[in-house]
Amino acid sequence: MTLTPIQQRRLRNFRNNRRGFWSLWVFLALFGLSLCAELIANDKPLVVSYQDELYFPVVEKVSEETFGGFLPTEADYRDSFVSDAIEADGWMIWPPIRFSYNTTNYDLDVPSPAPPSAVNWIGTDDQGRDVAARVIYGFRISVLFGLILTILSCIVGVVVGAIQGFYGGKVDLIGQRFIEIWSGLPVLFLLIILSSIVQPNFWWLLGIMLLFSWMGLVDVVRAEFLRARNFEYVKAARALGLGNRKIMFRHILPNAMVATLTFLPFILTGAITGLTSLDFLGFGLPSGSPSLGELIAQGKANLHAPWLGISAFVSLSIMLTLLVFVGEAVRDAFDPRKN
Amino acid sequence: MSPLLQVNNLSITFDGTVRAVDGLSFAISESQTLALVGESGSGKSVSALSVLRLLDERHAGYPTGSIDFRGENMLSISARRLRQIRGQKISMIFQEPMTSLNPLHTVEKQISETLALHRGLRDAQARKRCIELLELVGIPEPEKRLASYPHQLSGGQKQRVMIAMALANEPDLLIADEPTTALDVTVQKQVLELLRDLQQKLGMAILLITHDLSIVRRYADQVVVMEKGKVVETAATETLFQSPQHPYTRKLLDAEPPASPAVTHIKQEPLLEVKDLDVRFTTRRSLFGRPKAWFQAVDKTSFALNRGETLGIVGESGSGKTTIGHALLKLTPCTGSIRLSGKELGPLNQKQFRSCRRQIQIVFQDPFGSLSPRMSVAEIVREGLEIHLPATPEEQDRLVIQALTDVGLDPEARHRYPHEFSGGQRQRIAIARALVLQPELIILDEPTSALDRTVQKQVINLLRDLQDKYGLSYVFISHDLAVVRALSHKLLVLKNGRIVEYGDASDIFLRPKHEYTRELLSAALFYS
Repeated sequence: MTLTPIQQRRLRNFRNNRRGFWSLWVFLALFGLSLCAELIANDKPLVVSYQDELYFPVVEKVSEETFGGFLPTEADYRDSFVSDAIEADGWMIWPPIRFSYNTTNYDLDVPSPAPPSAVNWIGTDDQGRDVAARVIYGFRISVLFGLILTILSCIVGVVVGAIQGFYGGKVDLIGQRFIEIWSGLPVLFLLIILSSIVQPNFWWLLGIMLLFSWMGLVDVVRAEFLRARNFEYVKAARALGLGNRKIMFRHILPNAMVATLTFLPFILTGAITGLTSLDFLGFGLPSGSPSLGELIAQGKANLHAPWLGISAFVSLSIMLTLLVFVGEAVRDAFDPRKN
Repeated sequence: MSPLLQVNNLSITFDGTVRAVDGLSFAISESQTLALVGESGSGKSVSALSVLRLLDERHAGYPTGSIDFRGENMLSISARRLRQIRGQKISMIFQEPMTSLNPLHTVEKQISETLALHRGLRDAQARKRCIELLELVGIPEPEKRLASYPHQLSGGQKQRVMIAMALANEPDLLIADEPTTALDVTVQKQVLELLRDLQQKLGMAILLITHDLSIVRRYADQVVVMEKGKVVETAATETLFQSPQHPYTRKLLDAEPPASPAVTHIKQEPLLEVKDLDVRFTTRRSLFGRPKAWFQAVDKTSFALNRGETLGIVGESGSGKTTIGHALLKLTPCTGSIRLSGKELGPLNQKQFRSCRRQIQIVFQDPFGSLSPRMSVAEIVREGLEIHLPATPEEQDRLVIQALTDVGLDPEARHRYPHEFSGGQRQRIAIARALVLQPELIILDEPTSALDRTVQKQVINLLRDLQDKYGLSYVFISHDLAVVRALSHKLLVLKNGRIVEYGDASDIFLRPKHEYTRELLSAALFYS
């Protein structure tokens, strides 16, 4: 694919912001790694060779009977009975961290939360689960949640803002009053009420937060549209015979894009911290799911185990900082006044 | 006798690197008028501001030179002394009367502020002086006007109030930075005459900054011509106009548009016939949305245009000339009959009218506002093609290149963004955008008023060539009679939305029938 000179210039501007450019690569690498979290931190080996047959426990369910056990359920590879049987007649390759986010380490020498050791690199939480594994899975779920929420609320926010600003008058008036009422609703109470009716999962939380997060962009986009709809180039476009939709999206929206993109990193970080704080308060993802908010809550409850709080803080701040740097570089790239 | 103000070898830089003015020298004697002339970007306004040290000195610096006012070097005196000189010995009038008056202060407050500051006049005394000043600048019923806010005054009245403020302390030197650029021609003339009368009455010197040579010719004693921050010629006004020395001065003088339109093949077949065009803007509605009060922007106008012909529409601001242009394009709701090549456009709605838009195109006044800043030149020019003349990308590209070549731009420019071009080039892009659709009629809404005179002439010549080449018809809207004269075969003079005079352009320029037309013509300053 060849790029037009304009796209090339945008790419060049993006690259010229060294900090943002490198942040993007670091973030993509971290995100890519966390997407294959099952291969990095898992309580099942990646490959098992037993009696000259290969098994891939990460993707397939292998019952304990296969390895000479008595139970028809899935084999517990951390159990010395199973692992000894495999080692005696074959071999297995483990991922670097031998715990999944919900694996409890029963072989601790000290009561949990256990401090960092060779087995648990950054210790365990108060239920004996490996913190490193929980951070990796928690990072993934936070970023995915943030990205999906940001994209959806951007689409809704831009469309609503564009319609209000472009048509103005009654449409704008009714829309603004609705937003004022809607933004007055207490989000937290709704979530508490909800969690007493259903068990909130990832998608429930996303839906509820989307209901309220789309309003952030409306004002910015609306203001841009109100300003731009009387510009001469919009009149010129109308004189060329363009329809309303094309004028809105081709002529006005690109000018509203810089304002939107400036807001984007804040919405993304806001979405991530939103989920984290709900988890911290205990109204977020169901208990047992890996979440940075829950890790912070544990850190607060176990002040004598500083590795809990510190690891949650470091992972959150690295993630948010990288995202803000990338956001800045994207804004630079779309700025036409930058050579 | 030593001069009142002597500027010697003055250089001004911005941020240490950009040299805006380089080696400027001139001198003004008492009760003399010196004009600083040049195109935009020549450094004339910066020079004027530097006399009062009004430039932002965090960025601006003066590496060389001196500004001596009555023996004091303005560049080295204390801030306290500077404040005493500002407004008392040297005052200034700015270009834009809309923004140079504080919108929240009454006329009295604006004027008496400087009186209180420099003369200690307060209350009754200050009020008396304010009334005197308003009388001096020719504002009727000055007692009533004292309590007015700027938005209640017309543009000319605002500029008069500005002048009254500047003259409040009878300064020795008045700096007028493009004092009439934002005003209508008739008002422009009144303000300039007023300045000249006041100069004679009060005996002050005037430093006049302008790009308009016709003003210079009438009102200045001495002229300094600047180009790109450097003085290219200094001479007495008469000498300069009779025998300009520098090629740049000659180019400026030569920029007066031609005195008559191009001879084209006008076919005696009407392209556009407008009958009883009526535009009103509702200002108040009843409870049920019925208009209760309205502003009549265009009142029952009728005119016609042949193929290959240009109709000039002239009038002052608020006369409805732009509204007519917008109404022809259905950018403004209107009533009446508009026929284009015999087809009635009046009853068509926006959707039905869309297919006719190819035939009527428009070029706007502001070349900086009419091009979408985030689209490349190719995208801008191509946009209309996608709607009206669907073709393969290669064919479209060919048409875009053709249009850009027609308007005298390098086709390679199509990959760049509008902000990389100068005002004149941008206006060419806007013309290319209209031209690429092969329209029959182009509405030109003040296409040259934001441009420098020399660029203006180039654009006018381009429009004349294109008309000849493609047999285009133009509706040319302008307040500048010199430009209108260079393009129009027919002329329509508007005042307050009504036609004052309509007919053959050369006839009207030679023998204006209506009083208002005569007034307009006498105010327009043709210097050749």
